[in-house]
Amino acid sequence: MNLFPLWNSLRIAGISTFIIFFLGIFAAYYISKAHRVVKGILDVVLTLPLVLPPTVVGYLLLRVLGPNRLIGSWFLQVFGLKLTMTWWSAIFATVVVIFPLMYRTSRGAFESFDETLAYSAQSIGLSDTYIFWRIRMPCCKQGILAGTVLAFARALGEYGATSMIAGYTPGRTATISTTVYQLWRTNDDELAFKWVLVNMAISFVVLLAVNMLEKRSYKTPVQKEDS
Amino acid sequence: MSIYVDVEKRLGPFRLKVRFSAGNEVLALLGASGCGKSMTLKCIAGIEKPDKGIISVDGRVLFDSVRKINLSPQERHTGLLFQNYALFPNMTVLQNIRAGARREQDPAQREKLTSEIIESFGLSGLLGLYPTQLSGGQQQRVALARILVSSPDILLMDEPFSALDSHLRFRLEGEVRQVLRDFGKTVILVSHDRDEVFRLSEKIVMLKDGTVDTFGSKDEVFANPETRNAALLTGCKNISRAVPIDDTHVRAVDWGVDLKTGSGAAKARYVGIQTHDIRAGEGDNSIFCRVTEVIENPFSYTVMLTPVGAANSIPIGWKMDKAAWAKMRSECVRLNLPPESILLLKS
Repeated sequence: MNLFPLWNSLRIAGISTFIIFFLGIFAAYYISKAHRVVKGILDVVLTLPLVLPPTVVGYLLLRVLGPNRLIGSWFLQVFGLKLTMTWWSAIFATVVVIFPLMYRTSRGAFESFDETLAYSAQSIGLSDTYIFWRIRMPCCKQGILAGTVLAFARALGEYGATSMIAGYTPGRTATISTTVYQLWRTNDDELAFKWVLVNMAISFVVLLAVNMLEKRSYKTPVQKEDS
Repeated sequence: MSIYVDVEKRLGPFRLKVRFSAGNEVLALLGASGCGKSMTLKCIAGIEKPDKGIISVDGRVLFDSVRKINLSPQERHTGLLFQNYALFPNMTVLQNIRAGARREQDPAQREKLTSEIIESFGLSGLLGLYPTQLSGGQQQRVALARILVSSPDILLMDEPFSALDSHLRFRLEGEVRQVLRDFGKTVILVSHDRDEVFRLSEKIVMLKDGTVDTFGSKDEVFANPETRNAALLTGCKNISRAVPIDDTHVRAVDWGVDLKTGSGAAKARYVGIQTHDIRAGEGDNSIFCRVTEVIENPFSYTVMLTPVGAANSIPIGWKMDKAAWAKMRSECVRLNLPPESILLLKS
Protein backbone atom coordinates (compact mmCIF):
# COMPACT_ATOMS: atom_id res chain seq x y z
CA MET A 1 0.00 0.00 0.00
CA ASN A 2 1.54 3.28 -1.14
CA LEU A 3 1.07 5.75 1.67
CA PHE A 4 1.51 8.88 -0.45
CA PRO A 5 -2.23 9.82 -0.33
CA LEU A 6 -2.14 9.80 3.49
CA TRP A 7 0.93 12.02 3.60
CA ASN A 8 -0.48 14.31 0.92
CA SER A 9 -3.87 14.61 2.67
CA LEU A 10 -2.22 15.37 6.00
CA ARG A 11 0.06 18.08 4.61
CA ILE A 12 -2.74 19.73 2.64
CA ALA A 13 -5.04 19.66 5.67
CA GLY A 14 -2.23 20.78 8.00
CA ILE A 15 -1.14 23.76 5.92
CA SER A 16 -4.73 24.81 5.18
CA THR A 17 -5.64 24.63 8.87
CA PHE A 18 -2.57 26.67 9.78
CA ILE A 19 -3.55 29.40 7.30
CA ILE A 20 -7.19 29.33 8.26
CA PHE A 21 -6.40 29.47 11.97
CA PHE A 22 -5.09 33.02 11.58
CA LEU A 23 -7.41 34.11 8.77
CA GLY A 24 -10.49 32.84 10.56
CA ILE A 25 -9.58 34.34 13.93
CA PHE A 26 -8.73 37.76 12.55
CA ALA A 27 -11.81 37.85 10.35
CA ALA A 28 -13.93 36.83 13.35
CA TYR A 29 -12.30 39.43 15.61
CA TYR A 30 -12.66 42.36 13.25
CA ILE A 31 -16.08 41.43 11.96
CA SER A 32 -17.49 41.00 15.47
CA LYS A 33 -16.50 44.63 16.05
CA ALA A 34 -17.86 45.91 12.73
CA HIS A 35 -21.04 47.83 12.13
CA ARG A 36 -24.26 45.81 12.09
CA VAL A 37 -24.88 46.15 8.34
CA VAL A 38 -21.28 45.37 7.34
CA LYS A 39 -21.37 42.42 9.71
CA GLY A 40 -24.57 41.06 8.19
CA ILE A 41 -23.25 41.22 4.63
CA LEU A 42 -19.77 39.85 5.37
CA ASP A 43 -21.29 37.08 7.44
CA VAL A 44 -23.33 35.82 4.51
CA VAL A 45 -20.49 36.15 2.00
CA LEU A 46 -17.95 34.42 4.23
CA THR A 47 -20.29 31.58 5.20
CA LEU A 48 -21.32 30.88 1.62
CA PRO A 49 -18.62 28.22 0.95
CA LEU A 50 -20.13 26.18 3.79
CA VAL A 51 -23.41 25.67 1.95
CA LEU A 52 -22.28 25.81 -1.69
CA PRO A 53 -21.62 22.44 -3.34
CA PRO A 54 -17.83 21.86 -3.42
CA THR A 55 -18.04 21.54 -7.20
CA VAL A 56 -19.34 25.10 -7.38
CA VAL A 57 -16.43 26.27 -5.21
CA GLY A 58 -14.08 24.32 -7.50
CA TYR A 59 -15.62 25.86 -10.58
CA LEU A 60 -15.30 29.38 -9.18
CA LEU A 61 -11.68 28.76 -8.18
CA LEU A 62 -10.84 27.50 -11.66
CA ARG A 63 -12.50 30.61 -13.08
CA VAL A 64 -9.89 32.80 -11.34
CA LEU A 65 -6.87 30.50 -10.88
CA GLY A 66 -6.97 28.58 -14.19
CA PRO A 67 -4.00 29.10 -16.55
CA ASN A 68 -6.10 31.24 -18.91
CA ARG A 69 -7.86 33.21 -16.19
CA LEU A 70 -7.09 36.50 -14.47
CA ILE A 71 -4.89 35.47 -11.54
CA GLY A 72 -3.74 32.17 -13.00
CA SER A 73 -2.39 33.71 -16.20
CA TRP A 74 -0.68 36.51 -14.31
CA PHE A 75 1.18 34.02 -12.12
CA LEU A 76 2.11 32.00 -15.21
CA GLN A 77 3.50 35.07 -16.93
CA VAL A 78 5.34 36.63 -14.02
CA PHE A 79 6.57 33.58 -12.11
CA GLY A 80 6.09 30.83 -14.68
CA LEU A 81 3.97 29.10 -12.07
CA LYS A 82 0.87 27.06 -12.78
CA LEU A 83 -1.60 27.33 -9.95
CA THR A 84 -3.67 24.28 -10.80
CA MET A 85 -2.99 20.54 -10.96
CA THR A 86 -0.17 20.54 -8.36
CA TRP A 87 -0.42 19.05 -4.88
CA TRP A 88 -0.59 22.49 -3.27
CA SER A 89 -3.41 23.60 -5.58
CA ALA A 90 -5.63 21.60 -3.24
CA ILE A 91 -4.76 24.09 -0.50
CA PHE A 92 -6.73 26.79 -2.34
CA ALA A 93 -9.74 24.54 -2.38
CA THR A 94 -9.55 23.42 1.25
CA VAL A 95 -8.83 26.92 2.54
CA VAL A 96 -11.99 28.26 0.93
CA VAL A 97 -14.11 25.34 2.06
CA ILE A 98 -12.96 25.25 5.70
CA PHE A 99 -12.77 29.01 6.23
CA PRO A 100 -16.43 29.33 7.31
CA LEU A 101 -16.01 26.62 9.95
CA MET A 102 -13.10 28.40 11.59
CA TYR A 103 -14.65 31.82 11.17
CA ARG A 104 -18.02 30.91 12.65
CA THR A 105 -16.74 28.97 15.66
CA SER A 106 -14.21 31.67 16.57
CA ARG A 107 -16.81 34.37 16.14
CA GLY A 108 -19.12 32.48 18.48
CA ALA A 109 -16.30 32.25 20.99
CA PHE A 110 -15.46 35.97 20.70
CA GLU A 111 -19.08 37.01 21.06
CA SER A 112 -19.42 35.15 24.34
CA PHE A 113 -16.31 36.93 25.66
CA ASP A 114 -17.07 39.33 28.50
CA GLU A 115 -16.00 42.74 27.16
CA THR A 116 -15.70 44.19 30.66
CA LEU A 117 -12.50 42.12 30.94
CA ALA A 118 -11.04 44.02 28.00
CA TYR A 119 -12.26 47.37 29.33
CA SER A 120 -10.80 46.91 32.78
CA ALA A 121 -7.57 45.63 31.22
CA GLN A 122 -7.37 48.82 29.14
CA SER A 123 -8.03 50.98 32.16
CA ILE A 124 -5.10 49.45 34.09
CA GLY A 125 -2.88 50.23 31.10
CA LEU A 126 -2.56 46.88 29.31
CA SER A 127 -1.97 47.20 25.56
CA ASP A 128 -4.55 45.97 23.07
CA THR A 129 -2.06 43.39 21.77
CA TYR A 130 -1.50 42.07 25.29
CA ILE A 131 -5.26 41.93 25.85
CA PHE A 132 -5.80 40.02 22.61
CA TRP A 133 -3.13 37.35 23.13
CA ARG A 134 -3.07 37.06 26.91
CA ILE A 135 -6.71 37.56 27.85
CA ARG A 136 -9.11 37.30 24.93
CA MET A 137 -7.51 34.30 23.24
CA PRO A 138 -7.02 32.24 26.43
CA CYS A 139 -10.62 32.94 27.45
CA CYS A 140 -11.90 31.83 24.04
CA LYS A 141 -9.42 28.94 23.83
CA GLN A 142 -11.93 26.10 23.89
CA GLY A 143 -14.10 27.47 21.10
CA ILE A 144 -11.13 28.33 18.93
CA LEU A 145 -9.49 24.94 19.41
CA ALA A 146 -12.73 23.14 18.65
CA GLY A 147 -13.06 25.22 15.47
CA THR A 148 -9.49 24.42 14.45
CA VAL A 149 -9.91 20.69 14.92
CA LEU A 150 -13.22 20.73 13.08
CA ALA A 151 -11.64 22.67 10.21
CA PHE A 152 -8.80 20.16 10.08
CA ALA A 153 -11.23 17.25 9.94
CA ARG A 154 -13.20 18.89 7.15
CA ALA A 155 -9.98 19.69 5.24
CA LEU A 156 -9.00 16.03 5.42
CA GLY A 157 -12.29 15.01 3.87
CA GLU A 158 -12.40 17.66 1.15
CA TYR A 159 -13.07 16.03 -2.23
CA GLY A 160 -15.12 18.01 -4.73
CA ALA A 161 -13.23 21.26 -5.12
CA THR A 162 -9.90 19.47 -4.64
CA SER A 163 -10.50 17.00 -7.43
CA MET A 164 -11.39 19.85 -9.77
CA ILE A 165 -8.42 22.09 -9.05
CA ALA A 166 -5.73 19.52 -8.23
CA GLY A 167 -7.05 16.55 -10.14
CA TYR A 168 -5.93 12.98 -9.43
CA THR A 169 -2.35 12.08 -10.31
CA PRO A 170 -1.09 9.06 -8.37
CA GLY A 171 2.01 9.96 -6.40
CA ARG A 172 1.58 13.69 -7.10
CA THR A 173 -1.84 15.08 -6.25
CA ALA A 174 -3.71 12.05 -4.93
CA THR A 175 -5.37 12.49 -1.55
CA ILE A 176 -7.20 9.90 0.51
CA SER A 177 -10.59 10.96 -0.75
CA THR A 178 -9.64 11.11 -4.43
CA THR A 179 -7.80 7.80 -4.06
CA VAL A 180 -10.87 6.08 -2.63
CA TYR A 181 -12.89 7.29 -5.60
CA GLN A 182 -10.29 6.13 -8.10
CA LEU A 183 -9.88 2.71 -6.48
CA TRP A 184 -13.61 2.16 -6.41
CA ARG A 185 -13.88 3.24 -10.04
CA THR A 186 -11.17 0.75 -11.05
CA ASN A 187 -12.79 -2.05 -9.01
CA ASP A 188 -9.96 -2.31 -6.48
CA ASP A 189 -12.42 -2.84 -3.68
CA GLU A 190 -9.98 -4.24 -1.15
CA LEU A 191 -7.56 -1.32 -1.28
CA ALA A 192 -10.41 1.19 -1.36
CA PHE A 193 -11.73 -0.34 1.84
CA LYS A 194 -8.33 0.00 3.52
CA TRP A 195 -8.25 3.70 2.71
CA VAL A 196 -11.81 4.07 3.96
CA LEU A 197 -10.71 2.56 7.28
CA VAL A 198 -7.74 4.93 7.46
CA ASN A 199 -9.97 7.91 6.83
CA MET A 200 -12.54 6.80 9.40
CA ALA A 201 -9.86 6.24 12.03
CA ILE A 202 -8.49 9.75 11.60
CA SER A 203 -11.93 11.36 11.64
CA PHE A 204 -12.87 9.37 14.75
CA VAL A 205 -9.83 10.60 16.66
CA VAL A 206 -10.43 14.18 15.55
CA LEU A 207 -14.08 14.22 16.57
CA LEU A 208 -13.19 12.63 19.88
CA ALA A 209 -10.80 15.52 20.42
CA VAL A 210 -13.56 18.05 19.62
CA ASN A 211 -15.88 16.39 22.12
CA MET A 212 -13.27 16.41 24.86
CA LEU A 213 -12.55 20.09 24.24
CA GLU A 214 -16.23 20.95 24.48
CA LYS A 215 -16.69 18.99 27.71
CA ARG A 216 -13.79 20.77 29.32
CA SER A 217 -15.34 24.15 28.65
CA TYR A 218 -18.41 23.18 30.70
CA LYS A 219 -16.38 22.50 33.82
CA THR A 220 -18.18 24.21 36.67
CA PRO A 221 -16.16 26.57 38.83
CA VAL A 222 -15.79 25.94 42.55
CA GLN A 223 -17.29 28.74 44.60
CA LYS A 224 -15.79 29.49 47.97
CA GLU A 225 -17.91 30.78 50.83
CA ASP A 226 -17.05 34.04 52.55
CA SER A 227 -15.92 33.42 56.08
CA MET B 1 -10.67 70.82 41.12
CA SER B 2 -9.68 67.21 40.40
CA ILE B 3 -12.21 66.19 37.87
CA TYR B 4 -14.29 68.22 35.50
CA VAL B 5 -16.85 66.56 33.26
CA ASP B 6 -19.07 68.31 30.76
CA VAL B 7 -20.20 65.92 28.06
CA GLU B 8 -23.03 65.18 25.70
CA LYS B 9 -23.78 61.93 23.97
CA ARG B 10 -26.72 60.79 21.92
CA LEU B 11 -27.56 57.11 21.79
CA GLY B 12 -30.70 56.45 19.79
CA PRO B 13 -33.55 58.18 21.59
CA PHE B 14 -31.45 58.57 24.75
CA ARG B 15 -29.54 61.77 25.31
CA LEU B 16 -26.83 62.09 27.95
CA LYS B 17 -25.97 65.62 28.99
CA VAL B 18 -24.06 65.88 32.24
CA ARG B 19 -21.83 68.42 33.88
CA PHE B 20 -20.21 68.16 37.28
CA SER B 21 -16.90 68.55 39.05
CA ALA B 22 -15.30 67.13 42.17
CA GLY B 23 -12.17 67.54 44.24
CA ASN B 24 -10.30 64.86 46.16
CA GLU B 25 -13.48 63.36 47.52
CA VAL B 26 -16.01 60.64 46.84
CA LEU B 27 -18.64 61.75 44.37
CA ALA B 28 -21.69 59.55 43.91
CA LEU B 29 -23.71 59.30 40.75
CA LEU B 30 -27.15 58.29 41.94
CA GLY B 31 -30.07 57.49 39.72
CA ALA B 32 -32.56 54.90 38.57
CA SER B 33 -31.38 52.27 36.12
CA GLY B 34 -31.01 53.58 32.59
CA CYS B 35 -30.44 57.19 33.71
CA GLY B 36 -26.93 57.32 32.22
CA LYS B 37 -24.80 56.66 35.32
CA SER B 38 -22.73 53.87 33.84
CA MET B 39 -22.53 55.61 30.47
CA THR B 40 -21.01 58.65 32.20
CA LEU B 41 -18.42 56.43 33.85
CA LYS B 42 -17.59 54.79 30.52
CA CYS B 43 -17.13 58.19 28.91
CA ILE B 44 -14.62 59.16 31.62
CA ALA B 45 -12.76 55.85 31.26
CA GLY B 46 -12.61 56.25 27.48
CA ILE B 47 -14.67 53.20 26.63
CA GLU B 48 -17.44 55.33 25.15
CA LYS B 49 -16.75 58.47 23.15
CA PRO B 50 -18.94 61.49 23.91
CA ASP B 51 -20.30 63.47 20.95
CA LYS B 52 -18.97 66.65 22.45
CA GLY B 53 -17.60 68.14 25.62
CA ILE B 54 -14.59 68.14 27.91
CA ILE B 55 -13.24 65.71 30.50
CA SER B 56 -10.21 66.60 32.56
CA VAL B 57 -8.55 65.05 35.60
CA ASP B 58 -6.09 67.07 37.73
CA GLY B 59 -5.85 69.59 34.91
CA ARG B 60 -4.90 66.90 32.39
CA VAL B 61 -7.33 66.87 29.46
CA LEU B 62 -8.59 63.36 28.69
CA PHE B 63 -11.17 64.40 26.15
CA ASP B 64 -11.92 67.64 24.37
CA SER B 65 -14.13 67.58 21.30
CA VAL B 66 -13.11 71.08 20.21
CA ARG B 67 -9.37 70.49 20.45
CA LYS B 68 -9.83 66.95 19.10
CA ILE B 69 -8.25 65.31 22.13
CA ASN B 70 -9.36 61.78 22.91
CA LEU B 71 -6.86 59.81 24.98
CA SER B 72 -6.99 56.02 24.80
CA PRO B 73 -8.31 54.21 27.90
CA GLN B 74 -4.74 53.14 28.62
CA GLU B 75 -3.47 56.73 28.64
CA ARG B 76 -6.23 58.00 30.91
CA HIS B 77 -5.10 56.37 34.17
CA THR B 78 -8.67 55.93 35.34
CA GLY B 79 -9.06 52.83 37.49
CA LEU B 80 -12.39 51.30 36.58
CA LEU B 81 -14.02 48.77 38.90
CA PHE B 82 -16.91 46.86 37.34
CA GLN B 83 -19.73 45.34 39.29
CA ASN B 84 -18.59 41.85 38.28
CA TYR B 85 -14.98 42.86 39.16
CA ALA B 86 -13.74 41.61 35.74
CA LEU B 87 -10.84 39.53 37.05
CA PHE B 88 -9.03 37.71 34.23
CA PRO B 89 -10.29 34.13 34.63
CA ASN B 90 -7.23 32.60 32.98
CA MET B 91 -4.84 34.15 35.50
CA THR B 92 -4.22 33.50 39.18
CA VAL B 93 -4.67 36.21 41.78
CA LEU B 94 -0.94 36.94 41.63
CA GLN B 95 -0.94 37.16 37.82
CA ASN B 96 -3.99 39.41 37.90
CA ILE B 97 -2.25 41.84 40.25
CA ARG B 98 1.01 41.66 38.29
CA ALA B 99 -0.91 42.56 35.14
CA GLY B 100 -2.04 45.72 36.92
CA ALA B 101 1.57 46.70 37.59
CA ARG B 102 2.68 46.45 33.94
CA ARG B 103 2.67 50.23 33.47
CA GLU B 104 5.78 50.27 35.61
CA GLN B 105 8.74 49.68 33.25
CA ASP B 106 11.35 48.54 35.76
CA PRO B 107 10.80 44.84 36.62
CA ALA B 108 12.27 45.15 40.11
CA GLN B 109 10.05 48.12 40.90
CA ARG B 110 7.08 46.24 39.44
CA GLU B 111 7.64 43.31 41.79
CA LYS B 112 8.01 45.68 44.71
CA LEU B 113 4.68 47.41 43.94
CA THR B 114 2.99 44.04 43.53
CA SER B 115 4.20 42.67 46.85
CA GLU B 116 3.36 45.91 48.66
CA ILE B 117 -0.23 45.86 47.45
CA ILE B 118 -0.57 42.13 48.24
CA GLU B 119 0.61 42.91 51.75
CA SER B 120 -1.71 45.85 52.31
CA PHE B 121 -4.77 44.00 50.99
CA GLY B 122 -3.92 40.83 52.91
CA LEU B 123 -3.99 38.66 49.80
CA SER B 124 -0.91 36.53 50.40
CA GLY B 125 -3.01 33.44 51.13
CA LEU B 126 -4.89 33.63 47.84
CA LEU B 127 -2.09 34.20 45.33
CA GLY B 128 -2.25 30.80 43.61
CA LEU B 129 -6.03 30.70 43.29
CA TYR B 130 -8.05 31.44 40.17
CA PRO B 131 -10.90 33.99 40.26
CA THR B 132 -13.59 31.28 40.11
CA GLN B 133 -12.21 29.85 43.34
CA LEU B 134 -12.68 33.15 45.20
CA SER B 135 -15.71 34.41 47.09
CA GLY B 136 -17.39 37.63 45.98
CA GLY B 137 -15.68 39.62 48.71
CA GLN B 138 -12.27 38.23 47.86
CA GLN B 139 -12.82 38.99 44.19
CA GLN B 140 -13.64 42.58 45.03
CA ARG B 141 -10.50 42.91 47.12
CA VAL B 142 -8.31 41.47 44.35
CA ALA B 143 -9.94 43.72 41.76
CA LEU B 144 -9.31 46.81 43.90
CA ALA B 145 -5.71 45.74 44.48
CA ARG B 146 -5.20 45.23 40.75
CA ILE B 147 -6.54 48.71 40.04
CA LEU B 148 -4.59 50.49 42.77
CA VAL B 149 -1.30 48.85 41.79
CA SER B 150 -1.72 50.51 38.38
CA SER B 151 -1.58 53.89 40.23
CA PRO B 152 -4.69 55.53 38.76
CA ASP B 153 -5.32 59.28 39.07
CA ILE B 154 -8.99 58.65 39.72
CA LEU B 155 -11.07 55.68 40.78
CA LEU B 156 -14.34 54.83 39.04
CA MET B 157 -16.62 52.29 40.71
CA ASP B 158 -19.68 50.93 38.95
CA GLU B 159 -22.14 49.46 41.47
CA PRO B 160 -19.30 47.87 43.48
CA PHE B 161 -21.53 45.98 45.91
CA SER B 162 -24.44 44.87 43.75
CA ALA B 163 -22.92 41.44 43.06
CA LEU B 164 -22.63 40.65 46.77
CA ASP B 165 -25.06 39.10 49.23
CA SER B 166 -26.65 41.70 51.47
CA HIS B 167 -25.04 40.43 54.68
CA LEU B 168 -21.61 40.87 53.11
CA ARG B 169 -22.22 44.28 51.69
CA PHE B 170 -22.11 46.10 54.95
CA ARG B 171 -18.84 44.56 56.05
CA LEU B 172 -17.15 45.08 52.68
CA GLU B 173 -18.43 48.60 52.52
CA GLY B 174 -16.37 49.31 55.63
CA GLU B 175 -13.27 47.87 53.98
CA VAL B 176 -13.87 49.89 50.84
CA ARG B 177 -14.41 53.07 52.85
CA GLN B 178 -10.96 52.57 54.36
CA VAL B 179 -9.42 51.93 50.91
CA LEU B 180 -11.00 55.09 49.53
CA ARG B 181 -9.73 57.12 52.47
CA ASP B 182 -6.18 55.84 51.86
CA PHE B 183 -6.49 56.50 48.13
CA GLY B 184 -7.08 60.17 48.86
CA LYS B 185 -7.87 61.20 45.29
CA THR B 186 -11.14 61.62 43.41
CA VAL B 187 -13.49 58.66 43.46
CA ILE B 188 -16.66 58.41 41.42
CA LEU B 189 -19.14 55.90 42.74
CA VAL B 190 -22.10 54.82 40.65
CA SER B 191 -24.95 53.40 42.63
CA HIS B 192 -28.69 53.23 42.96
CA ASP B 193 -28.57 52.47 46.67
CA ARG B 194 -29.12 55.65 48.68
CA ASP B 195 -27.85 54.18 51.97
CA GLU B 196 -24.60 53.08 50.36
CA VAL B 197 -24.22 56.48 48.72
CA PHE B 198 -24.89 58.30 51.98
CA ARG B 199 -22.32 56.26 53.88
CA LEU B 200 -19.56 56.38 51.27
CA SER B 201 -19.75 59.70 49.48
CA GLU B 202 -19.38 63.39 50.20
CA LYS B 203 -20.91 64.84 47.08
CA ILE B 204 -23.87 63.65 45.07
CA VAL B 205 -24.95 64.05 41.48
CA MET B 206 -28.49 62.84 40.91
CA LEU B 207 -29.30 61.91 37.36
CA LYS B 208 -32.61 61.62 35.61
CA ASP B 209 -33.05 60.60 31.98
CA GLY B 210 -29.46 61.49 31.16
CA THR B 211 -29.35 64.93 32.74
CA VAL B 212 -28.18 66.24 36.09
CA ASP B 213 -31.23 66.67 38.29
CA THR B 214 -29.53 67.70 41.55
CA PHE B 215 -25.90 68.35 42.39
CA GLY B 216 -24.64 69.16 45.86
CA SER B 217 -23.08 67.98 49.08
CA LYS B 218 -24.49 64.83 50.56
CA ASP B 219 -26.02 66.61 53.55
CA GLU B 220 -27.68 69.29 51.45
CA VAL B 221 -29.14 66.83 49.02
CA PHE B 222 -30.50 64.47 51.65
CA ALA B 223 -31.83 67.18 53.98
CA ASN B 224 -33.38 69.20 51.24
CA PRO B 225 -33.89 67.38 47.96
CA GLU B 226 -35.10 70.02 45.57
CA THR B 227 -36.81 67.92 42.96
CA ARG B 228 -39.32 65.10 42.95
CA ASN B 229 -36.69 62.79 41.44
CA ALA B 230 -34.14 63.69 44.11
CA ALA B 231 -36.71 63.11 46.85
CA LEU B 232 -37.53 59.70 45.40
CA LEU B 233 -33.84 58.80 45.23
CA THR B 234 -33.28 59.80 48.85
CA GLY B 235 -36.02 57.35 49.72
CA CYS B 236 -38.95 59.69 50.25
CA LYS B 237 -42.02 57.55 49.70
CA ASN B 238 -44.78 60.09 50.37
CA ILE B 239 -45.04 62.51 47.48
CA SER B 240 -48.15 64.39 46.37
CA ARG B 241 -48.81 66.85 43.59
CA ALA B 242 -49.11 70.34 45.04
CA VAL B 243 -50.96 73.52 44.16
CA PRO B 244 -49.54 76.58 45.97
CA ILE B 245 -51.99 78.67 47.99
CA ASP B 246 -49.55 81.28 49.27
CA ASP B 247 -45.86 81.32 50.23
CA THR B 248 -46.38 79.08 53.26
CA HIS B 249 -49.39 77.00 52.28
CA VAL B 250 -50.06 74.43 49.57
CA ARG B 251 -52.87 72.11 48.66
CA ALA B 252 -51.58 68.53 48.50
CA VAL B 253 -53.80 67.34 45.68
CA ASP B 254 -53.17 63.61 45.96
CA TRP B 255 -53.84 63.59 49.70
CA GLY B 256 -56.77 65.98 49.50
CA VAL B 257 -55.51 68.24 52.31
CA ASP B 258 -54.15 71.77 52.75
CA LEU B 259 -50.75 71.96 54.42
CA LYS B 260 -48.78 74.64 56.22
CA THR B 261 -45.15 74.56 55.02
CA GLY B 262 -41.90 76.48 55.37
CA SER B 263 -41.54 79.53 53.13
CA GLY B 264 -41.07 79.12 49.39
CA ALA B 265 -44.26 77.15 48.82
CA ALA B 266 -45.31 79.36 45.91
CA LYS B 267 -42.90 77.56 43.58
CA ALA B 268 -43.63 74.02 44.75
CA ARG B 269 -45.05 71.57 42.25
CA TYR B 270 -44.89 68.61 44.63
CA VAL B 271 -44.70 68.13 48.38
CA GLY B 272 -43.15 65.21 50.15
CA ILE B 273 -42.52 63.91 53.63
CA GLN B 274 -40.26 61.10 54.82
CA THR B 275 -42.11 58.23 56.48
CA HIS B 276 -40.08 58.71 59.67
CA ASP B 277 -40.82 62.46 59.93
CA ILE B 278 -44.52 61.92 60.47
CA ARG B 279 -45.84 62.38 64.04
CA ALA B 280 -49.04 61.46 65.75
CA GLY B 281 -51.33 63.96 67.49
CA GLU B 282 -52.25 67.63 67.18
CA GLY B 283 -50.15 70.18 65.33
CA ASP B 284 -50.05 72.65 62.44
CA ASN B 285 -50.97 70.02 59.88
CA SER B 286 -53.12 67.64 61.75
CA ILE B 287 -54.96 65.19 59.55
CA PHE B 288 -57.50 62.63 60.67
CA CYS B 289 -56.79 59.39 58.80
CA ARG B 290 -58.22 55.93 58.47
CA VAL B 291 -55.82 52.96 58.45
CA THR B 292 -56.09 51.16 55.12
CA GLU B 293 -53.24 48.72 55.40
CA VAL B 294 -50.51 47.69 57.82
CA ILE B 295 -47.34 46.33 56.24
CA GLU B 296 -44.98 44.43 58.48
CA ASN B 297 -41.24 45.00 57.98
CA PRO B 298 -38.59 43.04 59.88
CA PHE B 299 -38.28 45.66 62.63
CA SER B 300 -41.06 48.13 61.98
CA TYR B 301 -44.51 48.59 60.58
CA THR B 302 -45.44 50.78 57.64
CA VAL B 303 -48.96 51.96 58.30
CA MET B 304 -50.84 53.16 55.22
CA LEU B 305 -53.26 55.97 56.08
CA THR B 306 -55.90 57.71 54.01
CA PRO B 307 -57.12 61.16 55.05
CA VAL B 308 -60.78 60.96 56.07
CA GLY B 309 -63.12 63.00 53.89
CA ALA B 310 -60.72 63.33 50.96
CA ALA B 311 -61.95 61.75 47.75
CA ASN B 312 -59.57 59.58 45.64
CA SER B 313 -56.63 60.32 47.85
CA ILE B 314 -53.49 58.14 47.77
CA PRO B 315 -52.43 56.77 51.16
CA ILE B 316 -49.64 58.23 53.27
CA GLY B 317 -47.04 55.77 54.58
CA TRP B 318 -45.99 56.07 58.20
CA LYS B 319 -43.08 54.09 59.56
CA MET B 320 -43.42 53.04 63.20
CA ASP B 321 -41.64 50.96 65.79
CA LYS B 322 -43.24 47.60 66.30
CA ALA B 323 -43.78 48.36 69.99
CA ALA B 324 -45.24 51.81 69.34
CA TRP B 325 -47.77 50.48 66.87
CA ALA B 326 -48.65 47.59 69.17
CA LYS B 327 -49.58 50.15 71.81
CA MET B 328 -51.50 52.42 69.45
CA ARG B 329 -53.18 49.91 67.11
CA SER B 330 -56.42 51.55 66.05
CA GLU B 331 -58.53 52.03 62.96
CA CYS B 332 -58.18 55.79 62.85
CA VAL B 333 -55.16 57.94 63.65
CA ARG B 334 -54.65 61.68 63.90
CA LEU B 335 -51.44 62.48 62.05
CA ASN B 336 -49.30 65.56 62.29
CA LEU B 337 -47.05 66.54 59.40
CA PRO B 338 -44.63 69.10 60.92
CA PRO B 339 -44.29 72.08 58.52
CA GLU B 340 -40.49 72.08 58.82
CA SER B 341 -40.38 68.43 57.65
CA ILE B 342 -42.39 69.03 54.53
CA LEU B 343 -40.26 68.97 51.40
CA LEU B 344 -41.14 71.53 48.75
CA LEU B 345 -40.22 70.03 45.41
CA LYS B 346 -39.85 71.12 41.82
CA SER B 347 -40.90 68.69 39.14
